Amino acid sequence: MQKLLLLGDEAIALGAIDAGLSGMYAYPGTPSTEIMEYIQSSKEAVERGIHREWSANEKTALETALGMSYAGKRAMAAMKHVGLNVAADPFINSAVTGINGGLIVVAADDPSMHSSQNEQDSRFYGKFSFVPVFEPSNQQEAYDMVFDAFDLSEKFKIPVLFRITTRLAHSRAAVKRRSPEPEKPFHLPSDLRQFVLLPAIARRKYKALLSTYESLKYDNRLSKYNFFRDGKNRKIGVITCGIAYNYLMENFPEGGPDFPVLKITTYPFPKDIIKDLTRRCEEVLVLEEGYPIVEEGLRGILDNNLKIIGRLDGAVPREGELNPSIVAKAVGIKSDPLFKVPEVVKTRPPSFCKGCGHSDTFNAIIEALKPYKSDGVFSDIGCYTLAALPPYSIINSCVDMGASVTMAIGAADAGLHPSVAVIGDSTFTHSGLTGLLDAVVKNSPVTIIISDNGTTGMTGGQKSHATGRLEKICEGLGVAPEHIRSIIPLRKYHEDNIRIMQEEFDFKGVSVIISTRECIQTASRRNKAESSENKGKD
Amino acid sequence: MKSDIVLSGVGGQGILSIATIIGLAAIENDLFLKQSEVHGMSQRGGDVQSHLRLSGKPISSDLIPYGKADLIISVEPMESLRHLPWLSKSGWLVTNSTPFINIDDYPPVEEILKEIRKIKNHKIIDADAIAKNAGSSRSGNIVILGAASNYIDLPFKSLENAVAKIFEKKGDEIAEVNIKALRAGREA
Repeated sequence: MQKLLLLGDEAIALGAIDAGLSGMYAYPGTPSTEIMEYIQSSKEAVERGIHREWSANEKTALETALGMSYAGKRAMAAMKHVGLNVAADPFINSAVTGINGGLIVVAADDPSMHSSQNEQDSRFYGKFSFVPVFEPSNQQEAYDMVFDAFDLSEKFKIPVLFRITTRLAHSRAAVKRRSPEPEKPFHLPSDLRQFVLLPAIARRKYKALLSTYESLKYDNRLSKYNFFRDGKNRKIGVITCGIAYNYLMENFPEGGPDFPVLKITTYPFPKDIIKDLTRRCEEVLVLEEGYPIVEEGLRGILDNNLKIIGRLDGAVPREGELNPSIVAKAVGIKSDPLFKVPEVVKTRPPSFCKGCGHSDTFNAIIEALKPYKSDGVFSDIGCYTLAALPPYSIINSCVDMGASVTMAIGAADAGLHPSVAVIGDSTFTHSGLTGLLDAVVKNSPVTIIISDNGTTGMTGGQKSHATGRLEKICEGLGVAPEHIRSIIPLRKYHEDNIRIMQEEFDFKGVSVIISTRECIQTASRRNKAESSENKGKD
Repeated sequence: MKSDIVLSGVGGQGILSIATIIGLAAIENDLFLKQSEVHGMSQRGGDVQSHLRLSGKPISSDLIPYGKADLIISVEPMESLRHLPWLSKSGWLVTNSTPFINIDDYPPVEEILKEIRKIKNHKIIDADAIAKNAGSSRSGNIVILGAASNYIDLPFKSLENAVAKIFEKKGDEIAEVNIKALRAGREA
């Protein structure tokens, strides 16, 4: 079969298409976004009519995928790691209900927080939910594992978690394709009570889940990916998880290390494979991206005095992603002196694009707040979070999707005035709606500014559910129509926009200001596409 | 054959196009390839880097270890220095001399160039001016790639083919201008 040069994200997407996927559900989030984008632009996906529309958030994405699984078809939901927090409720409960058609949930973790608020380790969710986890170490494995993950999911009637990290998600390598499998036929679950988690049913299902979790670790679809490589040097043995294996092997280009190595890429795994390594070696080094999950487990299950080293004792840094150099140091390879970065090099943080509508919105907000001696506004997650940096330095929060609205309500309750939230359009429909409803119900004196650029900008310009709907949504939630104000963030309306903001700051109830101007990036892409289309017509 | 390359610049300067072109050329030559990209927040005017690894043998890590890069290709002078710890003592640094100034404390360019000249194997070219002469002020990244091509163990013809291939969608004229930019960079 043909070989393709694919990102880890794309390898998972293509694996899903070739394994008979019928529905893909996701909310954009770095580093997971390209999974859905690949499926959206795939010719095969279009021809087969694979469902591939963005969801409002990760929770709705996972629930919709579960609905497709209910009807017997294979479904995938993809999100960044913190997205799995949003989807945690259906994720954990879907393990209890079990599935019908194969269900894969992909969580893309971002250790070192290249584009995230934390570096939580999604493998934790696997253990927490009693769901098997695949953690591919390279692009080919990512592709191949999708087939086994769907099969495993259907055999054990359980959702499967795919955990990847930034470097695999966003790194390209050649992937060999298999012949595609047909989609599964529509068929409802044989037990229609399966998805009814009334306590009596849930207790029975939970008990079954615990026993499934114990038995699936011996299944070949999981165990064949865990690999033991023996070595003569018994002073040390190394356990690698996921891509840590590559960083280890990188340091032994000629024939590999002389000590035993256990490569783990699926969970749960039987204790025996760990013991194969531990009973041979004087000490064990654990290399894993993210949290010291295996390391902690190892410290728990071993009753001898084996020395265990890893993130917990400082042999590997406690936080941040791994790389070949960190691993080299941990296995005792000395490094040569390096060039240093000269002092003349200054930091270059990301900034608003030239002509970005958010920047004009914030310029107006800064002016409008001056008479109130305000310390700033609550904000949210998106490009507009960059207003935390100079020269704006006006936002005082970025916690989770939608938190600007609800934090503004709480702070208003405590006496803050004006209590202002600035949230993007896509973030608002992701998780701001329910907070706004809270504000309406208690008539909270807050001003919610929706900085609407008509897209999900930070992740590269995906379709926003809010576009063209914001006024009606706010009105439908009960905001008084006269306090839903629409402005255009352009220099020429600067004075008007300040006045409108101040009018609403002075209003002792819920007001929403919708500040709409198309993202400069999507606008320029649209203009280019339109001009080349027009050229085609000539 | 092994070539470990760090690409650097500022978000939007086209370093991923350079990576794509080298990648295509590597495939034409049946080489193994790994290419780590930067997506997300840092693309908004911040510093960006990409690790590109070519080899005749399978490649383990997606990231290049510190001190092991054979080449730094930078479309911006200050950014060429940011990734120095990756450069091998015998590696080459090829950079544009035209700064991209979007921060208030950007240092005087002469100070930056002085630091670059301290690296034994360096090549500084004014890619923007060369690109303009070649007929497209937007092809500075391709000029830099041309200049760096002298230090990549790939047939130059493969790079030309790859440039032709990625620009063919935009029309013959644009493809030709970019091949011209690539050649101008190689001769600079």
